[in-house]
Amino acid sequence: MQDYQSSLGNADSRKFETFSYLPEFNAEQTKQQIQYIVDKGWNPSIEHTEPEHATGSYWYMWKLPMFGETNVDAILKELEACHTAHPANHVRLLGLDNFAQCAGASMVIYRGKTV
Amino acid sequence: MAHIFNMALNILIKKGEVNMAKAYNAGVKEYRETYWMPDYTPKDTDILACFKITPQDGVPREEIAAAVAAESSTGTWTTVWTDLLTDLDYYKGRAYAMEDVPGDDTCFYAFIAYPIDLFEEGSVVNVMTSLVGNVFGFKALRALRLEDVRFPIAYVMTCNGPPQGIQLERDILNKYGRPMLGCTIKPKLGLSAKNYGRACYEGLRGGLDFTKDDENVTSQPFMRWRARFDFVMEAILKAEQETGERKGHYLNVTAATSDEMMKRAEYAKEIGAPIIMHDYITGGWTANTQLAQWCQDNGMLLHIHRAMHAVIDRNPHHGIHFRVLTKILRLSGGDHLHSGTVVGKLEGDRGATLGWIDIMRDSFIKEDRSRGIFFDQDWGAMPGVLPVASGGIHVWHMPALVNIFGDDSVLQFGGGTLGHPWGNAAGAAANRVAVEACVEARNMGKELEKEGKDILTKAAKHSPELAIAMETWKEIKFEFDTVDKIDVAHK
Repeated sequence: MQDYQSSLGNADSRKFETFSYLPEFNAEQTKQQIQYIVDKGWNPSIEHTEPEHATGSYWYMWKLPMFGETNVDAILKELEACHTAHPANHVRLLGLDNFAQCAGASMVIYRGKTV
Repeated sequence: MAHIFNMALNILIKKGEVNMAKAYNAGVKEYRETYWMPDYTPKDTDILACFKITPQDGVPREEIAAAVAAESSTGTWTTVWTDLLTDLDYYKGRAYAMEDVPGDDTCFYAFIAYPIDLFEEGSVVNVMTSLVGNVFGFKALRALRLEDVRFPIAYVMTCNGPPQGIQLERDILNKYGRPMLGCTIKPKLGLSAKNYGRACYEGLRGGLDFTKDDENVTSQPFMRWRARFDFVMEAILKAEQETGERKGHYLNVTAATSDEMMKRAEYAKEIGAPIIMHDYITGGWTANTQLAQWCQDNGMLLHIHRAMHAVIDRNPHHGIHFRVLTKILRLSGGDHLHSGTVVGKLEGDRGATLGWIDIMRDSFIKEDRSRGIFFDQDWGAMPGVLPVASGGIHVWHMPALVNIFGDDSVLQFGGGTLGHPWGNAAGAAANRVAVEACVEARNMGKELEKEGKDILTKAAKHSPELAIAMETWKEIKFEFDTVDKIDVAHK
């Protein structure tokens, strides 16, 4: 029997939705998820936030969504650029499905320090 | 002179060039004379129905199909003089086609078209009162099953539909790119409100998106509804603070009267609950439509349970197919609907289940007999309903479930969460890790049902909760054949 480690006092308990129960992706895993978004025909979009404000609907957009961008490396580079500019923030990648008018995918690629 | 005129008129009437009022002839006419119209081309606005008819011996197919058309629309067993006060030829249901049932000579399919004016706008109650009313007790039938109904877009537009829909639910709850996870609290009956809230809290803090009232839970002496709502809401709020994620619990507002149902719904809204629940068959479609419209007006999500459905939909020869009950719910309104799991403990043919999952979610569904879909169905802009897979599923089913249901679904593990040897939180975490691992692998192009074991085994290296869950449930299988299958030739 093992205790389930989670509490209000332990900031490590804070999650950030899809894929946050898996270990952080390495570069190769991230690339494969980007490829999936591209293959689906969704528009990649990058957003970031201070970890203490992660629960709101609106994070800060990093530039505009990358409409029509299908180059995985170009998208990866933008994620890196956002992370470099905001190293303490969560940085997430979304795949915007304009037909469903809803994100088809959303995942935090760079994890800030949770509070 | 008058005599010559009458002779000429009679000739024209016989030729059909003059429209003459009909005379009243009392008595019993064969149904097929009026209601069997093989040359009729259904209109885009007609409501179309496909019935599987098992006649009594010796009754001709045309006659029995026409009888079903008559009894489910304007007709009765004898001619009545008041028929002649209206344009019966316009209002009558028309049996326009018949087909053999593949693999079963005891029955046949009859297709019937109903003019849209026969039905009150926005009322599935009224439509079904006609379509599955007296006709199901008709003596000339051994059995009757409503297989499918085509609701024309003109009728769909008169219905309110799902309160929020799939996309809005995702935006409200901040869940993207994966199926949502739920858990029905057990034991079904007997927990006190505080203990019940504890079970919810443990599941939610472990990584579930939802917990759920079992359908039997309404407001019994051991746990009155208001106490349950209060304790569960505390559980939701604490789990949200702890995990930083949005959570919900389906608060069952199904009640003995619709006034009582609305009272409970209003209180759920007052305390900030995001989602409530209703049993749409036992509770009734009038109550369901009322509640769904209220949910839309009040920003609430609505989870729909389907107790009693198998009484109606499981017999292959008699009743109403679940794909029709699905359409009724989408029109009446609900954001979630239980769909069966294909792989768990409850009945459900894979092809047929995929068919009604499409009917819940898509905006246009093509006729596809391999999935038991008899008509094209156009939902226009009506939002979709999330299918809920629930009943005897556990982590080992996860790869198949993600493959079958895709992202737009709720996967609900009751025993498969609460039965974890370390408790609900660990059980929830095991399922959450498993679903995320499966989604990651699917996005990478892996075949989930083939590589499921490897995917879960790899994920379990980082999750002791998942490793224990896999160990606990490795032997459980539910491999009984389904009773209600798609009709296919077997000879």
